[in-house]
Amino acid sequence: MQRIEEKLKILADAAKYDVSCSSSGSTRKNKDGIGDASASGICHTYTEDGRCVSLLKILLTNHCIYDCAFCVSRKSNDVKRAAFTVEEVVDLTMNFYRRNYIEGLFLSSGIFKNADFTMERMLRIVKTLRQKERYNGYIHLKTIPGASEELVKEAGLYVDRMSINLELPTEAGLKLVAPEKDHESVRKPLAFVNEQIKSFKEEKKLIKHTPIFVPAGQSTQMVIGATPENDFEIMQIANNFYKNYNLKRVYYSGYIPINNSNSLLPQIGSAPPLVRENRLYQTDWLLRFYGFQLDEILNPQHIHLDLDIDPKLSWALRNPHFFPVDVNAADFNAIIRIPGIGRQSALKIVQARKFGRLHAYQLQKIGIAYNRAKYFLRCADSPFMLGHPSMEYVRIAILNAGNQKSRQQVSAGQLTLF
Amino acid sequence: MYYLFDGTYLGFLSCVFESFERKEAIIVPITPKDHQIDLFKDRRTIITDSGKALRVQKGLQERIGKADAMDFYRAFLSEDRKAWLASFFILRQIFSGRTDIRQDFGNDDVLYFSQILKKVSRERHRMKAFVRFSKSSDGLFFALVEPDFNVLPLISDFFRKRYADMPWLIYDVKRNYGLLFDTRQVGEVQLSPEEVQDATMPSIAIEMDERDELFQHLWKQYYTSTNIEARKNIKLHLQHVPRRYWKYLVEKK
Repeated sequence: MQRIEEKLKILADAAKYDVSCSSSGSTRKNKDGIGDASASGICHTYTEDGRCVSLLKILLTNHCIYDCAFCVSRKSNDVKRAAFTVEEVVDLTMNFYRRNYIEGLFLSSGIFKNADFTMERMLRIVKTLRQKERYNGYIHLKTIPGASEELVKEAGLYVDRMSINLELPTEAGLKLVAPEKDHESVRKPLAFVNEQIKSFKEEKKLIKHTPIFVPAGQSTQMVIGATPENDFEIMQIANNFYKNYNLKRVYYSGYIPINNSNSLLPQIGSAPPLVRENRLYQTDWLLRFYGFQLDEILNPQHIHLDLDIDPKLSWALRNPHFFPVDVNAADFNAIIRIPGIGRQSALKIVQARKFGRLHAYQLQKIGIAYNRAKYFLRCADSPFMLGHPSMEYVRIAILNAGNQKSRQQVSAGQLTLF
Repeated sequence: MYYLFDGTYLGFLSCVFESFERKEAIIVPITPKDHQIDLFKDRRTIITDSGKALRVQKGLQERIGKADAMDFYRAFLSEDRKAWLASFFILRQIFSGRTDIRQDFGNDDVLYFSQILKKVSRERHRMKAFVRFSKSSDGLFFALVEPDFNVLPLISDFFRKRYADMPWLIYDVKRNYGLLFDTRQVGEVQLSPEEVQDATMPSIAIEMDERDELFQHLWKQYYTSTNIEARKNIKLHLQHVPRRYWKYLVEKK
């Protein structure tokens, strides 16, 4: 019998490569028990790597029948194995939750015996929490690929979010490192749960007491930098999944080498592609919240995101005809395309300009990144200019101003620019 | 003209009422705590009058709606004198018919007001996140906090709804009052300095639930295990969890 402490150590360590940690989007209320969901989500603390800790993220077990090269829990890996009992997970969750350490539980698992056996055990934990403990806090459950639809559907009645990871962005990449897996076994349950969510919503319009089903929706994760997909391929797939399965989030997880046994994967000691990961998230945001189409940012001519500068600035430099944008006249949708201006600032600008034309000092106070934005906008006191500065000049000026967070990290390896 | 009031929100609204009644458009609300008070010759003591305050509150709600009227209470809780002054200016504008003044972000007072609101809201959110309860042997879950702003009134509902089946106490050490929930309703309490002292080192002074130490220990273990060393980023870490909060965070102590 392992002590609970050792189990927690092993099974939290094995679960941490799943980067999803959000606890947002659910509407679950506390009915006659303990806990509720916070619509905006709450990060209760942050680890030293700067990642948010919102949920108790653990595996039920790290025993696994599969041997995926990128996974720390793969069958052939020489690591300590452990398994929680149902009661242990329930006890930990409740006691952490009552002390306000966590927003809820994120439960995943290695696959032992078979998919249904694993899924059934996870379902028991979820049901014990909801029924016996009368717990209404957040639960994120990983769907086990290959689990029966009955089990998946039942689980959906108790959890807030479900997710199932693509692991590698392309089928070809997946086959290289995890020959036993395929994307079809991810698409199928995502599609099934998406259909169920829709039909529960339809039903709720007719019958008020229809139970809620996966209220915080579904998400997925791709490991990037393990296999040779380019950014265009990655974002095409992400875009596709957002559209086809109404995903709430796609997570991009920079590959962290965990062993040297597979020569196809980056080896231990190589740095995780953190800047690239960041650029992918920025692109994701531009697509979802800034009205950009994928082909504006990535297309067959531009298959890689620029590591030196963010994708919005990169787009702006390639499209000088769009600028300068007059912040005192342009639409909200044009203003949010100016590098250095985000949605919140743009909203303030369109409200404030009703009271008088805005000057540069006001824009600065509102909080835009003026040193970047100034090349792309006009305001009440912009000097009259003949023609535009060349975009090559703008790029260098902005990079030299040193406002790009990644500049130092990147320039260490890349010296060709200037 | 300086208006000296008792530091309560009702007192603040009374100042607004008086400034209109006395036709004194430029006033600075201050409290007896503001130590530079002796320097000010030109001042008037405003007596808190809940009748007058509620008239201001009601008038405000009629003009801009209940939700937006709450913003002035939130900004007040910042305890920031500049924010009070900005609030006062905006309130005067609203009551003079410019009900859309709060969108004029080119105006310094309006912008400052919106920035303070954002700060208060962030602190409120942090207190939802950073409260760490310990469980005593009699079943009370208690936590000490020292928020930058006086945000306890803004988190009371949140904790009451979430932890509805257990008694809890959240105590603001800086402002020396707390919220106590007895599983039925939330009330305000004040502890003696000795009691606060006991609560800062509960393992010695208070009889704790026998498993409380275990779960604190397990939480620290989890916090360590879930970190990815290869991604270490202390700058980002500190941005999210500034040092001043560490004192009451089990995992950072």
